[in-house]
Formats: sequence, C-alpha cells, structure tokens
Amino acid sequence: MACNSSTCNSSGCYKGYEEEEQPKPNTKAAVNGGNSCQNLCVKCKVNEPVCCGIGGENSRFCKDCFKNNLYGKFKQAVTYNAMITPPDKVLVAFSGGPSSRVVLQFVHEMQYKAQKNYDANKDKSLPVFGVGVAFIDESSTHSFTSQHIEKAIEDIRLIVSNLAPPSKELFVVPIESIFSSDGIDGKERLKELLDAVSDVTGKEDLLSHLRILLLQKIASENGYTRIVLGSCTSRIACHVISATVKGQGYSLSADIQYVDSRWEIPVVLPLRDCPAQELNTLCSLDGSLKIVELLNGPCSGINGLVSSFVKVLQEENPSRECTIVRTAGKLTPFHFNRVPEIHDSNVPSATRRHQKRYTLKPNGSLSSDSFCPICNSPLKKSNFPSSLRSHGSQQNPDLFASACSSCQFQILPKDPSLMEEFLSLLPQQMITKAKHGDQGNFSLLREQIQEFLFSDGENEI
Amino acid sequence: MEADSKPKKSGARLCCVCNQNRAALKRPKTLEQICRECFYAVFEEEIHQVILENQLFKPGDRIAIGASGGKDSTVLAYVLSELNRRHNYGLDLFLLSVDEGITGYRDDSLETVKRNELQYGLPLKIVSYKDLYGWTMDEIVKMIGLKNNCTFCGVFRRQALDRGAALLKVDKVATGHNADDIAETVLLNILRGDIARLSRCTSIITGEDGPIPRCKPFKYTYEKEIVMYAYFKKLDYFSTECIYSPNAYRGFAREFIKDLERIRPRAILDIIKSGEDFRISTTTKMPEQGTCERCGYISSQKWCKACVLLEGLNRGLPKLGIGRTQGLNSDGKKDRKRDSRTPSIESKQCGSLEF
Repeated sequence: MACNSSTCNSSGCYKGYEEEEQPKPNTKAAVNGGNSCQNLCVKCKVNEPVCCGIGGENSRFCKDCFKNNLYGKFKQAVTYNAMITPPDKVLVAFSGGPSSRVVLQFVHEMQYKAQKNYDANKDKSLPVFGVGVAFIDESSTHSFTSQHIEKAIEDIRLIVSNLAPPSKELFVVPIESIFSSDGIDGKERLKELLDAVSDVTGKEDLLSHLRILLLQKIASENGYTRIVLGSCTSRIACHVISATVKGQGYSLSADIQYVDSRWEIPVVLPLRDCPAQELNTLCSLDGSLKIVELLNGPCSGINGLVSSFVKVLQEENPSRECTIVRTAGKLTPFHFNRVPEIHDSNVPSATRRHQKRYTLKPNGSLSSDSFCPICNSPLKKSNFPSSLRSHGSQQNPDLFASACSSCQFQILPKDPSLMEEFLSLLPQQMITKAKHGDQGNFSLLREQIQEFLFSDGENEI
Repeated sequence: MEADSKPKKSGARLCCVCNQNRAALKRPKTLEQICRECFYAVFEEEIHQVILENQLFKPGDRIAIGASGGKDSTVLAYVLSELNRRHNYGLDLFLLSVDEGITGYRDDSLETVKRNELQYGLPLKIVSYKDLYGWTMDEIVKMIGLKNNCTFCGVFRRQALDRGAALLKVDKVATGHNADDIAETVLLNILRGDIARLSRCTSIITGEDGPIPRCKPFKYTYEKEIVMYAYFKKLDYFSTECIYSPNAYRGFAREFIKDLERIRPRAILDIIKSGEDFRISTTTKMPEQGTCERCGYISSQKWCKACVLLEGLNRGLPKLGIGRTQGLNSDGKKDRKRDSRTPSIESKQCGSLEF
C-alpha cells in the first residue's frame, strides 16, 4: 500500500504491499482498529485502505482509488454538463483552500491528458482548452500583515508554476480593482463602501458579490470563456440554508446548479458532488496538494451561524450535506442554468447532442427575468410593479426598488438620504445593471402594447 | 439589523406607537419599544389582518380550536374569541383537545383546558388515544422506547383531531402553529429531503381536499410574542415541554432558529417567505390521494399511517412503519451509534411529523 510519508511522490509507492506503520493523523477511521473488517480497499480490493469516504466504514479506499473516485465525480460533472470543451479558455478561481486546490489539480490533470492526446494525434483537430488561475487578494479588507500576504502569494505562484506543462497564467488581483480606478483610491472607496453597510452579514455578502464581479472582469478582459469555482457539496449545503434564512428561496435554485450562465462568462461548479471532508482528506493524503492557509477569516453573522449549524448536522449524520443539496437540487432551475448552446463544430457532435439532451425546457419566462443589480439573483415577478413605478429617470436608477428584498434589507442603507452616496460607491457594473434591469422590463412591456400607442404619446411614458 | 442592546437608562423611554406611555417591552419581531396596550393592539391587529387577507373564516363557520392547554392554543382561543367579538366574524368557536395519555404532562395540561372552557366560555370536547386506538402514549413509549415516539404521537393526533372535529360537526380546525414552528418545519423538510412536504408546509390553509380543512392564524406570529402576550395578559396556560420530546430531530432546527432570532429577528419570517417562494414543479411526484382500506381515513398508501403504526403496536412490532419500509412487514432501519447526549438521529421518512 502507499507509504505514509506525506511527501513521497515516487510512483512505486502506490503499488507496493507494505503494511501501514504510522497512524494517519487526518483520516477519519483508524485502519488498524478494524476487528472483522476486511482490510482491503473496497474498490480495487488489492491495496490496503488508508481512508474512508463519507460512507464511513463501508467505503474504505486506498489512496489511488480514493483520488480516482473524486476525480471521477469531477470528470462526470464536467462532461455531463459540457462545462469545458476544446475551444474554451477556463479561469480557475483559486482561494488557496482545499477545494480550490483540488479543482485546480483536477482541471490541470484533465488539460494534461488532453495535451497528451493532442500531441499524439496526427491531425491536431481538437485544440486543448486553455487554463488560467485567478487569486483575489482581499488583504485590504482585513488585517493580515503584508508579510503574510506576500508569502501566501509566493506559495500560490509556486503552485501554479509547478502545474506546467501546459503552463497557466496566474492573475493576482486585489479586490479593490473592481473599481475602474485602483491603487489607493480603490482601497479607500472599498473601505467606505463596506463601512456604509451596517449589517455584518450584508458586508460579507457584498464582498462575495464584488468577488464574483471581479472574476468576471478578469475573465472577460483576458479572453476566458468559463470560470471554474471549487464550490463543494458542503459549501453549497451551507448556501442552501443561508439563502433560505435570508428570504432568497426563489432565487436559490439559480445558485446551486452545475452551470450558471446569467453572467457574461458562465460559471461552472465541477466539484458540486464532492463533500468538503473528502477534499480535505485528499489534500492531506497527497502531499503535492499544498494548501495556502489564509485567508479571509471565519464568517460571522448569519453565514457563520449556518456554517456551524451544518457542521453539527454533519457530525450527527455524515450524509446530511448531500441530502440538503439533493433536496435543493429538486427545485426548478432557471433557463440560464445550462451552458450556452455550442455552435462550434470543433466540439464533437456527441457532446453537443448530449448537452442538448440535458437542456432544460425553457419555462416560458425566458426574457422577462429581471435581476437584482447587487447580487444578480433573479427576481420574482411580484417585483415588477415596483420597478415600473420607479422608472422615472434613467439617470438615477432607483436602486432600492430594483434590488431583491434581501439586499434591500442587509446591504442597502436604511436611510433613503444616504442612498445617493451609496450609489456612488458601488462599482460601475452594478449601476449599469440597475439601469438596464429596469429598461429590460420596460421595453418588453412596450413591445406588447406597441400597436396601440400613438407616436405623439411617447414622451409621456 | 443586528440586535444591539440600547443603554438601559431609567429615563423616559416612550412607546414608539402612542408616544405617551412608557415602553414596557421590546417587540421580539421588530425590536420596537412599545407599551403594553399598544402591544396588545398591534399583536391582535396583525392576526386580524392575517385572517382577513387569507380569508380564513366566513360568517357562520363552526371552528374547532385545537387546544392543548399550552401557550399557543390558549392565546389562540383567547384572541380568536376576542376578535370574533370585536370584528363580528360570526363564528361558533369550540375547544377541541386530545388526550394522548401522558401521565404528569397531559393530564395536567387538560386541567388547564378545562379551566379555559370556563374562562373563555367555549364548549370543550376531549378525544383520547385510549378511546380511539386502544393505546396511551405511556403504553406506546413503554413498548417502543424513546426514539420515534413523536412519530406515533403526531400521526395519531392528526387523526384524533379530525375525528373530534367530525364529532363536533365543525367546518374548520384552527391550530396554534406559530411562525417559529413553520420556519422549523421548512428547515426540517430541507434537511430530510422531503420536497413534497416542503411545497405544502407553508400554506396557511391545508387539507382543503380532506375531511376537515385546517388553518394556522398564527402563521406570522412569533413564539416569543405569544409568550409575551400570555404573560402580560396573565393568561392561564401550561408551560412544560412534553416529557417524551427531548430526542426529537426538530430540536436541531429549533436551536438554530433561536440563535438566528438573536442575530436577526426577521429571519424567521424570511424562512417562511423562502418556503413560499421555492420553485417546486407542480409535476413533482405528489402522493396520490386515496382512502385507507382499514379505517377509511384519507391516505396516500393502502393503509393510513395510523393503521400501519397501530398494526405494529398490536403485533408487537414497534418498528413497523418507521424508517424506509417496503410494504407492511420489513424493517429498513439501520442501527446508528447512539450518543446519549445528542438527540436521536432518524433521517428517514418518519411518518407525518409535519402538519
């Protein structure tokens, strides 16, 4: 079986039949404790198991099989949902934590295999997809020492440079670059913006909205066609509960699918079926998967509470997270929860047919979905009238009326007189959305009544 | 908004509604400072609005109030009779109580309901498990232990209420389920994977296609406010937890919601809103409605759950109907490590715990 040294990488190690000597500190069940259990990996039945999946005693795997099991889930998510196709350029969002690290590793391995195939193939018809890595430096929002940050960034550079060939571009971008001006101005503006939000949970959520906007910006400015997030089952389970708790039950199903195309650059979640515990185990088993411990500190407020709640539930029943995600998975997704149609003839037609088959039937409300300018969540139709009322001036979009109720409560200022200033602090992308959001609805309405309008009545509308 | 504590000065802290009286309390729902009179007024008015907006009753209706003697049902009986008088709903109100046969708990709370009958002038009917099923909860727990007993009680109680309602010939049953209860139920259904129940559990009126429709006038009323109302009005109620309940899985959700309320009181209503807004396809497989072959009660299976459970009790098979079963005679329950400190763990479909 695999030797226990955490840094040993020699391929011979995986094939040996040596007995385990040292106990593994991070794995769940002690292999040696087994009384009558067969001491063999349940998958290959050859090697000795070193760890358990979340199925507990019934899923004892050897290191190889454990990793392959996880990789298999990843691969299936990618192919089933046509997440990554040859012409794509994929940007992996990297935070340094275990899920990020694993998704980066798996994407790299997939790319590596594709490269090998390409090199071996004479006709070179299918190009290899490109991979880039983005790390968002949020040090301006908390107080880690600059030394700490620099070390972390160094480690990340090292990790990314070791994942070559094929080589990957690394973007280390400070969060304040979301504003068109960065540097000191950006830092100040960010600080002012976050200070203007009094609710702790609102602050955290606003920061995560900014994060995704920044990823969109990096991807779009550098020609990437997909953003890969390492969101695992556990994280999604927490999101299900916290969205429920914040009154976001309507939009919940949009956030937890494999694919989210409401953004300019579609966002995909290939680790959706992998529990955090297994990802952590993989990182501790495989020495090459170094984690960069930063980072943003524990969540507080509602997010922190939900996180500890799910943890308690998970301890009591290890498959609880999966059940939560499965239940939420039964909610109806939105029309944008699939990859945009592939028109590229380079993509094998089998993939295209496959993707078409899993295309959701559009539920009729295709173009009339409006979105919250802050969190981009689809709004329920009952918001319609309020956005109409506010369509007075297009110069000052009524941010409050066009936002979802959750953002209205936890992010936007309570005092209407502060709204103007708050608007000026938000990044341009959100303002633009507030404007266009209204417009979208309005022009749709107009289309429907166009035939009854006289042209000279237009100015009054 | 974070619930921060205002400095407790003894200076004039005025009621924010009438601006005249001194504030006696902080409303748990909104954290507003309010005097007693205004609290009563706003509490009662909100319930009145819920009744109107959801058209819960119509004049001439005979309504049975599910009365356990606990705070929710006592306050419900009090407020409903008050609003019935004040706003001329034109309702005939009754108290309907279920005796599960739990010594030291239910017999005490039944005394409370009997006093309520006199205090509020509402006729009382009591139905007992012993009469209906031949078993008391004490006997059931003796047989099955302290796990899953809530399953039995919940299933039996639902039928008992319907039978009692039929005996009283009422048009509707009103129960005291409050916002906290419904929020807990939403969370529980997510945790247990019950999408079908998730789509129904936030409805303020349920069972319209069944024997007797039920409604929950307290759907948006906070438990803490009910307690406050009962406390200030000095209403007579029985305030002990059921002695068999500590191990219920619902305890997890309850703990969490209590913590949540401390940080953000409106979260309870937000959970209910989420529950109402969940996009659940109407083509999702919903149980088909039929009748029980054994007793004729409404059921989606061959036998209603109560009959299945009863069969188990009578045959000395306490696990019948608990856990994933195929037909009436298999027991799919896996054993789990039991830690006496943590509540019991059943993650299976355990009968209709929900309302």
